[in-house]
Amino acid sequence: MEDRSQKKSASNVPDEWFVPLPKEEQRETVHHKGDSYWRDVMQRLFANKLATTGLILIFLLTIMAIIGPMLTEHTYRSQSILNSNTAPNGTYWFGTDELGRDVFTRVWYGARVSLFIGLAAALIEFIIGVAYGGISGYRGGKIDNVMMRIVDVLYGLPYLLVVVLLMVVMGPGLFTIIIALSITGWIGMARLVRGQVLQLKNAEYVLASRVLGGSNNRIIRKHLLPNTSGPIIVSMTLTVPTAIFAEAFLSFLGLGVQAPVASWGTMANDALGVIQTGYWWRLFFPAFFISLTMFAFNVFGDGLRDALDPKMRK
Amino acid sequence: MLKFIGKRFLWMLVTLWVIITVTFVLMRFAPGSPLDVDDVGMSEQARANMMAHYNLDQPVIMQYFNYLKNAVTFDFGPSMVTRSREVSDMLASGFPASLQLGLVTLVLAVISGIILGVLAALRHNKMIDYVTMFIAIIGISIPNFIQAMLFIQYISTQFDFFPTAQWGTWRHAILPALALASGPIAIIARMTRSNMLEVLTEDYIKTAKAKGLSNFQIVVKHALRNALLPVVTILGVLVASIFTGSFVVERIFAIPGVGQYFVESITNRDYPMIMATTIIYSTIFIIMMFIVDVVYGIIDPRIQLHKKEE
Amino acid sequence: MAEATTKELLLEVDDLHVSFPTKRGEVQAVRGVSFSLSKGETLAIVGESGCGKSVTAQSLIRLVSTPPKSGSIRYKGEELTTKTEKQMQKLRGLEMGMIFQDPMTSLNPVITVGEQIREGLLRHHKMPKEEATKESIEMLRLVGIADPDKRMKQYPHQFSGGMRQRLMIAMALVCKPDILIADEPTTALDVTIQAQIIELFQEIQRKTGVAIIIITHDLGVVAQIADRICVMYAGKIAETGTSYEVFKEHRHPYTEGILKSVPRMDGNRDVPLIPVPGTPPNLMNPPVGCPFYMRCDYAMKVCKEVAPPRTDCNESHYVHCWLQDERAPSIQQLHS
Repeated sequence: MEDRSQKKSASNVPDEWFVPLPKEEQRETVHHKGDSYWRDVMQRLFANKLATTGLILIFLLTIMAIIGPMLTEHTYRSQSILNSNTAPNGTYWFGTDELGRDVFTRVWYGARVSLFIGLAAALIEFIIGVAYGGISGYRGGKIDNVMMRIVDVLYGLPYLLVVVLLMVVMGPGLFTIIIALSITGWIGMARLVRGQVLQLKNAEYVLASRVLGGSNNRIIRKHLLPNTSGPIIVSMTLTVPTAIFAEAFLSFLGLGVQAPVASWGTMANDALGVIQTGYWWRLFFPAFFISLTMFAFNVFGDGLRDALDPKMRK
Repeated sequence: MLKFIGKRFLWMLVTLWVIITVTFVLMRFAPGSPLDVDDVGMSEQARANMMAHYNLDQPVIMQYFNYLKNAVTFDFGPSMVTRSREVSDMLASGFPASLQLGLVTLVLAVISGIILGVLAALRHNKMIDYVTMFIAIIGISIPNFIQAMLFIQYISTQFDFFPTAQWGTWRHAILPALALASGPIAIIARMTRSNMLEVLTEDYIKTAKAKGLSNFQIVVKHALRNALLPVVTILGVLVASIFTGSFVVERIFAIPGVGQYFVESITNRDYPMIMATTIIYSTIFIIMMFIVDVVYGIIDPRIQLHKKEE
Repeated sequence: MAEATTKELLLEVDDLHVSFPTKRGEVQAVRGVSFSLSKGETLAIVGESGCGKSVTAQSLIRLVSTPPKSGSIRYKGEELTTKTEKQMQKLRGLEMGMIFQDPMTSLNPVITVGEQIREGLLRHHKMPKEEATKESIEMLRLVGIADPDKRMKQYPHQFSGGMRQRLMIAMALVCKPDILIADEPTTALDVTIQAQIIELFQEIQRKTGVAIIIITHDLGVVAQIADRICVMYAGKIAETGTSYEVFKEHRHPYTEGILKSVPRMDGNRDVPLIPVPGTPPNLMNPPVGCPFYMRCDYAMKVCKEVAPPRTDCNESHYVHCWLQDERAPSIQQLHS
């Protein structure tokens, strides 16, 4: 069928077309080779609705953590026994607890605590993990062997249990939480970084750079960092919800931040006593916001991972 | 293979030793022992007796070896708070409930996680996929103790079918197990799903298809085994998260398990109890990790050879 | 088989079109491919990567995610494009076996090779397991694997690359199909192993009379075994002919180009190898005219504007090229 139609059109072809095609008309139109890697990543990230939602939520939660406690005339510790266990109303937007403290103010104060711990844990984990994993992977040999044996043993310990133990010893408090989380949290990061470094150390483009006389410094800056940063950023993003959960868990056990400082974990713990009394707002608001925060960081981290590694995105 | 297991076993012992030693050192430095009760007006003699009762009158190094020996035999001496009771007895009384809850949770998590993950992968970008991923995100985002409390506040108090503050029949286990399992379910479902999706694009799936196998044969025989292999590796970590989760969930549902005692012992600074619980849970966890590694070596033929060649 | 003259037509592909939807648009991977295959014959489909040769091959047993958009595939007179997935399953492995490029990833790592070979028999012939095992062992012997009883119980990682490709061949042939489709069967192998596999193909063909479709980008591989060769470019067939015609009497500049870019053992070794400059066109927006015009030394104005019609040189040899038109100037004129 098609052959015949082509033959027809072939006989219609004007004779003057049988002349050499000028070289410039032969040139292929150059394809737009796509944007830079990070522009591509950003595009994929923002195409992911869930991840974008997560990012917006993180942004809003941060804003509210900063200004939330200032929006009412109540402070996180001001008590008003007369107004204890008040249901949400015009004055107390999220109600009050048994000491008459404003749940709204305390929720946002708790957001400060949670976000601070999450970010601090991610940052410290990043510093220790990159240093340890980087040295181990880059130096290789005996040093690597010894360093990784240590990591193997530490990796075999139950994470949260060790944190609990450390908290028992160091005593409750915001900074001890961060220390306890950092002592245990860097191991995963160190493994990740080491794996990446090992893989890239022998990559051909690194070898090429070395052959061309690139210094160690230059290789780390130009090759290792850009290529390892993706998984590391993802790991940091996903550390935040883990740390927030750990803080809430510890506070729930009475090992977290101490009264009168508010945290989502302590607020939930306080609500445990009144759980069957109908003061639903005591549990609902801290529960909602801790879940929302973890949701936001989790979906954003997932989206980031998918955006950085398009082949994983099915 | 035997060499691999032996090597892995040695590392397990080292890890165990580390956790036991770390626990000991930490507890030595821990502030606020229940024996620092000068204000109670304990006599010198009584205090010395107490020290002897807890072996605290010996040099540190002796205490350490004593403690090592006791740890190996699971003899943790008397509790500091309930002084008349041995720690091991208290743990033993709480263990059945904790074990039941833990097992129900684990089985629930593994079975439903795998089923959801496989269904989601096979119906990729269809309704069931979205529903599964939604469940997974919820399961990861809402902390287990919050879920436990929400269950009580919104389900238990409404329906008599799910009683709290009791333990015995399977109905008592449903809500706590669900609260504990939802996180692991989410993790297993996500992992199974993404592994399945990846495996289904592998060349050997195309080979299987080219042989004329049915879709069912391809999925069950060729894809599922490969997709589930990596899931085995995270079981150890999931068991640990179920343990730690059970501390708080047992407390919320007032289940008479080890977790209850553990939380109490933390509040009371009952060090022998804390040490004992930590060591027992760590031991179970470390043994789990060992079993997982060995099982993985058995079910993945590639590892066997690799180790044989070494 | 040399006496391919007594032709019994097994497979006829006519004007096959296959496209894939992607986020950025439809990729027209195969754009009107026609060829036929007779019993016991070896047909080679040759072309650069991305020219649609693998998609063509996999479309024959519908292994690609999208079924053919148009055109027909007739196997022993039966139309395959309208068959259901269930019907295709009965056909795969039994009537047409297929092997793939990378033997390292094409075998399931957690199932014994014996099980992987015999499961085709169990599926198609419903024979008892012992019998299937026995036949599988015979098959392993045929493809030259020593100690087949013991090897049956081993896993793929215990075999070398060349051995694995033998396993793949055993697997594809165990149900005695009429056609063996080999998609770049030697690309991932060492050169010495390549020769062994090609010899194995010849030997098996001699013993079983199976017809072979071999997909490759390497003309050297097919020189000794192909009866006929299809040269594909950008989803279309540029030139088809017997092996002799393609090697010695080719008419298409692209065929000329790929022949010049391959070292020859029999030719003058002082002739330098000349690569075909440039890259194939984007199949998202294929050119309206001849897809090769951008890289062709003899391109004319017409080549850019209108797709070249088929020109039959004889009953086995045809070309899609405007140079065959009587109005075209001579090659010498064009080249200057």
